[in-house]
Amino acid sequence: MAVQPRSRRETWRLLFLISPSLFWLIIFFLIPLLLVFAISFGQRGIYGGVRWDLTLRNYVRFFDPLYLRIFYRTVIIALMTTILCLIIGYPQAYFIATRRPRWRNAFLLLLMIPFWTNFLIRTYAWLLLLRDQGFINTFWTSGLHGFLLRLAEMIPLPIWDALLRATSTPLPLFGTDGAIIAGLVYDWLPEMILPCYAAIERLDYSLVEAAQDLYANRFKTFTRVILPLTMPGIVAGSVLVFIPSLGAYVVPDLLGGAKSIMIGNVIYSQFMAVRDYPFGSAISFVIMVVMLVGSLIYFRMGSEGSR
Amino acid sequence: MSEYAVELKRVSKHFGPVVAVDGISLYVRDGEFFSLLGPSGCGKTTTLRLIAGFELPTAGEVFIGGKLQGEIPPYQRPVNTVFQNYALFPHMTVYKNVAFGLEMRKVAREEIRQRVLEVLEMVRLPGVENRKPSQLSGGQQQRVALARALVNRPKVLLLDEPLGALDLKLRKAMQLELKALQQRVGITFIYVTHDQEEALTMSDRIAVMNHGRVLQVGTPEDIYERPTDRFVADFIGETNFLEGQVMGSRTGEAVVVVDGILTLHVPLERNVGMGEKVTVAIRPEKISLHADPPDPRAVLGVVKELVYTGTDSRYIVQLTDNVLITVRQQNVGIGDSGRFALGAPVYLHWQPQSARLLTA
Repeated sequence: MAVQPRSRRETWRLLFLISPSLFWLIIFFLIPLLLVFAISFGQRGIYGGVRWDLTLRNYVRFFDPLYLRIFYRTVIIALMTTILCLIIGYPQAYFIATRRPRWRNAFLLLLMIPFWTNFLIRTYAWLLLLRDQGFINTFWTSGLHGFLLRLAEMIPLPIWDALLRATSTPLPLFGTDGAIIAGLVYDWLPEMILPCYAAIERLDYSLVEAAQDLYANRFKTFTRVILPLTMPGIVAGSVLVFIPSLGAYVVPDLLGGAKSIMIGNVIYSQFMAVRDYPFGSAISFVIMVVMLVGSLIYFRMGSEGSR
Repeated sequence: MSEYAVELKRVSKHFGPVVAVDGISLYVRDGEFFSLLGPSGCGKTTTLRLIAGFELPTAGEVFIGGKLQGEIPPYQRPVNTVFQNYALFPHMTVYKNVAFGLEMRKVAREEIRQRVLEVLEMVRLPGVENRKPSQLSGGQQQRVALARALVNRPKVLLLDEPLGALDLKLRKAMQLELKALQQRVGITFIYVTHDQEEALTMSDRIAVMNHGRVLQVGTPEDIYERPTDRFVADFIGETNFLEGQVMGSRTGEAVVVVDGILTLHVPLERNVGMGEKVTVAIRPEKISLHADPPDPRAVLGVVKELVYTGTDSRYIVQLTDNVLITVRQQNVGIGDSGRFALGAPVYLHWQPQSARLLTA
């Protein structure tokens, strides 16, 4: 499409249209962001305030192995969450998208219903499931473990016998990276399913038939046609899951216990516990830049594959 | 090896309560250009999909090259399809699209290259290998779809209204080109269309379908000149239907009385009973108009309407109180169309075999 020169009048009209959102973004997003950026070059005051300064100390401090390790763990947890969401969500999206139209809406509704519950309550429910006196472990210690051990004696399979003997009662579920990932996957799964669903639903089914007509079996049809054509959905879903997972704070706080923390918890403690605003701001900024660069590369990759 | 490329034996396909294909049997010969012709919803596309393997028959058997197909999936059948909307892969170049089938069958890289370029040459599309389908015109996309199927050298090529999306001029040109191509490569074509002219132009044989059934199979001339069914006569070209009653028969002729007073003599191809209700079909261009009776059997009528259509003049002639008949006369000389004025009495004449006796 040719870009036509706009009259000045039209420019003003367009500006008018976006003025509410522009106003909102400037007041509540851009200015605070610049504030955080400015603070990140300052220093912590003796009583917790900010001493305005122009130092890179906070950024250098981020590269301390202590924080790098937490950051690395955070990235791994976010990646695992994204991959798990994809593995669970894509087939789910495919299933829904290939139903008849009236069933599709019913399934989408079923998908959304759990998310009408408050986020905190949902995460807290996982705590009740996973902790040592929780639902799963009550079941495990009160009989399942013993039952499986007896079963192993009757049917001697070396590996699982050893496995059962090695497992403790109760199972260490709570306070692990696994618990965090479980909570994050549960929270962000719809963010993966919906874009994937939209992409699969839009897929022209005659392309699938064309591939099969041209000797592609089911697997080849999937890898050569369905997957590349639904890649935009996968990319969008992955970004939508990965970014909030990277910044997660409540889930690791509740399910990670004292041992498992993520970078979000570090930022929180810098602001609320240590009251080192400049360092907290610096970490926030580093993460923001990482997310931005990562998403850009990822989107570029995704759109390349589908064009 | 069977002499038939494709055989359908009493094949039915039900979608829930809907019967899309109702116990049809078809025998398509090797190297034939075979058309499935019918209005939308007549089951022609479903029939094609049953051969391709996209649908499995509810009852009956499909054979390709004499081999029972059963539940063999599409990707293992020796047929290729040209889809109605072309179904080109939008994320692949033209080259990749055409090479897809060969790649799936693990043909050597060098041979793929050679065959792809060769087939693009054949459909007169050289030099577009590196474009994406979206960068091509509708006609070019159509050729790519054709190349993508032909490059695999299938036993049978299935075409689902492949010219439907093209404009009239391009469609006419492609009809002739497709027919020539089919004769050159010698592959059996099964061609689905709702366009009777297209089917007549291209086909060796045509199966006319309606309501999931095959009504008549024959050469274009059979279908046009000797329809055995009222629907066939109506669907292909234009036809006058005169409903009447058999009042007598003698040496290969039936005497049919229409509207109580009009007597017609119609050649007999089967036995009819006295008093049986029948339909007489006569094509408008088979009738000639005369001022004086050319033959004792000529029928008298009155011109009610006259439409000049350039090549022809169309007359609506009233034969009896309730019977109107359309007559088409070619405008051979200038001023021909004014030969018979409105309200003028005319004699209608046709060769005996031009009238067809159909069951009412």
